[in-house]
Amino acid sequence: LAEAAWNKSAFDAKTLDTAMSAMGAGKPVESADVQITAPDIAENGAVVPVGVVSNLPNTEQISIMIEKNPNMLAATFDIPAGTLPDVQTRVKMGQTSDVYAVVKADGKYYMAKKEIKVTLGGCGG
Amino acid sequence: MRIRAAAKEGVTEVRVLMSHVMETGQRKDSSGAVIPAHFITELTAKHNDKVVLSAQFGASVSTNPYLAFKFNGGAKGDKVAVSWVDNKGDSRTDEVQIS
Amino acid sequence: MTLHSDIARAEAAAEKLYELPKFGNVSLLHMTDCHAQLMPIYFREPNVNLGVGDMLGKPPHVVGEGFLKAFGVKPGGAEAHAFTYLNFVEAARNYGKVGGFAHLSTLVKKMKASRPGALLLDGGDTWQGSGTALWTNAQDMVDACKLLGVDVMTLHWESTYGADRVKEIEEKDFAGKIDIVAQNVRTTDFEDPVFKPYVIKNINGIPVAIVGQAFPYTPIANPRWMTPNWSFGIQEQGMQEAVDAARAEGAQVVVVLSHNGMDVDLKLAGRVTGIDAIFGGHTHDGMPAPTVVTNPGGKTLVTNAGSNGKFLGVMDFDVRGGKVVDFRYKLLPVFANMLPADKEMADFIDKVRAPFIEKLSEKLAVTEGMLYRRGNFNGSWDQLLVDALIAEKDAEIAFSPGFRWGTSLLPGDTITMEHLLDQTAITYPWTTVTDMSGEMIKTVLEDVADNLFNPDPYYQQGGDMVRVGGLQYSCDPNAGMGKRIDNMMLKGKRIEPGKTYKVAGWAPVSEAAKDSGPAVWDVVANYLRAQKVISQRPLNLPSLKGMDGNPGVAV
Ligand SMILES: [Mn+2]
Ligand SMILES: [Mn+2]
Repeated sequence: LAEAAWNKSAFDAKTLDTAMSAMGAGKPVESADVQITAPDIAENGAVVPVGVVSNLPNTEQISIMIEKNPNMLAATFDIPAGTLPDVQTRVKMGQTSDVYAVVKADGKYYMAKKEIKVTLGGCGG
Repeated sequence: MRIRAAAKEGVTEVRVLMSHVMETGQRKDSSGAVIPAHFITELTAKHNDKVVLSAQFGASVSTNPYLAFKFNGGAKGDKVAVSWVDNKGDSRTDEVQIS
Repeated sequence: MTLHSDIARAEAAAEKLYELPKFGNVSLLHMTDCHAQLMPIYFREPNVNLGVGDMLGKPPHVVGEGFLKAFGVKPGGAEAHAFTYLNFVEAARNYGKVGGFAHLSTLVKKMKASRPGALLLDGGDTWQGSGTALWTNAQDMVDACKLLGVDVMTLHWESTYGADRVKEIEEKDFAGKIDIVAQNVRTTDFEDPVFKPYVIKNINGIPVAIVGQAFPYTPIANPRWMTPNWSFGIQEQGMQEAVDAARAEGAQVVVVLSHNGMDVDLKLAGRVTGIDAIFGGHTHDGMPAPTVVTNPGGKTLVTNAGSNGKFLGVMDFDVRGGKVVDFRYKLLPVFANMLPADKEMADFIDKVRAPFIEKLSEKLAVTEGMLYRRGNFNGSWDQLLVDALIAEKDAEIAFSPGFRWGTSLLPGDTITMEHLLDQTAITYPWTTVTDMSGEMIKTVLEDVADNLFNPDPYYQQGGDMVRVGGLQYSCDPNAGMGKRIDNMMLKGKRIEPGKTYKVAGWAPVSEAAKDSGPAVWDVVANYLRAQKVISQRPLNLPSLKGMDGNPGVAV
């Protein structure tokens, strides 16, 4: 159905480094042209909205990774010509963690990260 | 699946809500047995017959997955179809007309 | 210290206080966080309101003498009493109670008469906080706000009556009268707006937009199951879009009616452009003057108008050539003795309270000391609640939420059921008893401490530290997540991570804890009835590290 086969080794990876190398991303450089839209504090750790926009020319792929999840790679989106490098999904988070957006553009990999807090809740002003 | 596709100023925005357990394979039931992993692995979206997005999902995507993306072009009445397959080989396709 | 003790001088002071010269051509009145207090009450401001990181020593994180200095408020007078905890008991006896909708109504009418076209904005936390609001399912406050002449409101605790009830009030009671605005509330499925993001009102020929910002962390701080299909969050981008859309629609003045809390508003004001003023609430900071924040588009004023009906903010804008060119702002304290009760509102309040008077008036005990709640750590009211929970539940440790609402009592006052409900009236009042590991107890304290002391305001939820009974600890607000809490001790012994402790609490947010135990007011009322006299008791406060010289604490 999809053009590329499901990347089992990347989705099974237990560390960020292994997942990156299984994706062929190596050590991507941090880029201000990759933007993550996500809440600072998750309302519900089971459903955390994460959006990624890439301003890098020729963006081919966008991946979302959650550092503290047992399987850190959540999703990979292949962006064909004519589709905007602007995707949103919702992910599970068991605890406070950095969320990574990894972007492949012109054959090179870039990334951005943002901390999303998962809290016990209950307080009030 | 619930799909919304709307064209505005030359860009079509597609939003999809799928119905799927997205079981991680990490949870245990009340008797302590591991609940087997069951999640969508691959997804494709087409505008008429052209692929406008393909994606691979892992078990970290939320139950009843949500997806939003945008592509250039698309006119009112055009078809947008979304298909997924999961790790057990189940699959589903739904389509809507662009509004 | 000079206090006005005779009526003539009090009246002269009142005249001076409330004769506010009109300025400009667009006026907005702002009330927030009244927490359903229809009657005049006492409310002691905090002596601990710590600011860390960039917020160190900056408003609102100043207390006592430092507060007076920061705002140039004359010591010893009515305003010093309204804005600070200083000399609270003596000053409260002298100036009397504050707030009360009948007195507030008189002030609103006076300001509206001198400022034609003025609107009244309500920042939320209006429907919760009293026995009558709880028992009437918020109807008393809904009707009181219509009578008061509220024009636009936003939400926080309102949502704890459930999404259906909020929408019912919006669509039936408020239709054509009060607009609920909240750009940051959307459905959890397709992210559709739940309320109007803003409204544009014509004031003396000038289009004025009021953008709403509901409390961003409602589904975290309060039970998510009460609004399961609503998503909140700060939504900075949505705010910018709403402001831009209002400007594009012709608004010459754009203000935000916010329930973010003041630190969040200050950060937002530095990042979103095109807002003339943010009228803020949630953190209950009574700020005599706005903070002026510079951003890439210009300047934004940030105000916060206190709580419990104690204050009315009056903002006058001079709008010329399609934009705000100048302003005057005053946060007026509502002294019940200096403002005669509005007859119509007083009659309404009598009527709405009548069916409940007997229950509200039950005398539970007499307090020998002052009882108050507000402050970053245990107040004397909270101390009483955790002491009662430990005794009634036979627990080793008790937790009570760090709510910022809850009225104060003076030494010698009788504690009635109404006063107890002022501290506890919520729609999820159940008590809990939990066996918690020492490790879990630390996790809970660290989690709440990070909500209060995270150096990035967007990661704060704006309550105070969870109130703790039985357990002693030290707190280093400047430390990172997981490293602030230390030296946890119970009866002289260290808390062991692997050992289990019996912990009592109330106000559980998880759906699984629904109906977990009797309502907290019943548990505490039993305790008070048995005690009869409540002695002044020491507060169980953490030992603070690294806070010497912080203007946010006075001991
Ligand atoms: Mn409040
Ligand atoms: Mn609030």
